[in-house]
Amino acid sequence: MNQALWVAKTGLDAQQTRMTVVSNNLANVNTNGFKRGRVVFEDLIYQNQRQVGGQSSQNTVLPSGLNVGTGVRVVATEQLHTQGSILQTENSLDMAILGRGYFQVLLPDATLGYTRDGAFQQDAQGQIVTASGYPIQPPVTLPPQTQSITIGVDGTVSATLQGQSAPVQVGTIQTVDFVNPVGLQPRGENLYLETVASGTAQPGTPGLNGLGGIQQGALEGSNVNVVEELVNMIETQRAYEMNSKAISTNDQMLQFLNNNI
Amino acid sequence: MDRMAYIAMTGARQTELAQAVTSNNLANISTTGFRADLHGFRNLQVAGEGAPTRHNAIAETYATDFSPGATVTTGRDLDVAIAGQGFLVVQTADGGEAYTRAGDLRTNSAGQLLTAKGDAVLGDSGPIAIPPSTSITIGTDGTVSVQVLGQGPQTLAAVGRLRLVNPPLESLEKSADGLFRRTDGEASPADASVKLTPGALESSNVNVAETLVTMISLARQYELQVKTMTTAEENADAAAGLLRIR
Repeated sequence: MNQALWVAKTGLDAQQTRMTVVSNNLANVNTNGFKRGRVVFEDLIYQNQRQVGGQSSQNTVLPSGLNVGTGVRVVATEQLHTQGSILQTENSLDMAILGRGYFQVLLPDATLGYTRDGAFQQDAQGQIVTASGYPIQPPVTLPPQTQSITIGVDGTVSATLQGQSAPVQVGTIQTVDFVNPVGLQPRGENLYLETVASGTAQPGTPGLNGLGGIQQGALEGSNVNVVEELVNMIETQRAYEMNSKAISTNDQMLQFLNNNI
Repeated sequence: MDRMAYIAMTGARQTELAQAVTSNNLANISTTGFRADLHGFRNLQVAGEGAPTRHNAIAETYATDFSPGATVTTGRDLDVAIAGQGFLVVQTADGGEAYTRAGDLRTNSAGQLLTAKGDAVLGDSGPIAIPPSTSITIGTDGTVSVQVLGQGPQTLAAVGRLRLVNPPLESLEKSADGLFRRTDGEASPADASVKLTPGALESSNVNVAETLVTMISLARQYELQVKTMTTAEENADAAAGLLRIR
């Protein structure tokens, strides 16, 4: 059948995927710690219909061949782990990481998840948990008589208890780093999972050895650039239209053939 | 049989192939570093008896359009666009060297610098490995410098330099995997005149307006060929009619 139709179809598929990624970025423009995605396109293999340099006769060679490309595909959707904007919230359990690093949380299936979303809360036991209720690792529990909490740049959590003037240290927040954060697998709920591509998690003290420090009372917003996404959307839509134009043109060619032969 | 129908059929078939090349250019309108394929037609004399003026049209991709695409600023530290002419060198799975303009680089878990396709990017002395680092900077001459994890910004370490080459364009051919390779088998030495634009990507160089016009023009050309086939049929009909009258 007509090859051009299928080539144009791959273009439509790819632009559709790109539109999904752009829409997801825009939908998460207000999600804490969200890292925007980007699609990576790659041209599909070329079919060699006639080899360049082949013998056209005993003494002559073809000066050029015919290589027909078979379209495009989405080779990857990568997360761009750049820093999002820092918003001051003054909420004592809100934390933002300034620089590299991820908070480590314990998932219900006893595996670890990693997040940049620092909007933590307390559960009934006083444990510091994410908005989904997953406890931070290593666990930090606030005593029941806690009046106020202070979290240091290095993750030291100290609480002032009722009737006491000196604060007591109740735990430490660790962050982890990866060799290749782009290789992390997004899981939803603002969480990432470790993969073979990301390398193993290397825990450390915030603010030391290249890990970013923790800022209390602040949140990291998403790193989506709205203007860029809107421009991407326009570009995607036009590219989609052009590929559908290619399909309709080829359809007309075949229609003309059917009607006239 | 009338050979006119066959010549028109060849023309129509080859126009379909040219249309596939055009569609492929359009499909890759958003592919980073993509270079458009240029197609043309060549005439090939029809062998055998009959008028020697008859020629079949043969479609061919005679060249690749190497004009630069638009530079899109992304701000990502591992994105590079090549300003002007030149190529990045990658090592393909078979161990050979190939050239590409797609500069959306990444690292794997071992810190090795790869292209989006997964081929290792070659530096002046083989593949480049990036140690765990706070920030990565790629200079306009391809020097990759990093701020090693746990060290201050005063200790920037250069970990390698991307090999930028500028082989003669007529020696390059697009391979089946979309990368460019030299047809003359010679090696390309690093060329200091090739410059990078860090934090940017080069978009596809497909000229949309031109491609759409080409597509329409090919569609009309196709209709002409089909029309010729119908005329051949009408001629045959008329001849058959004459025979019936007798």
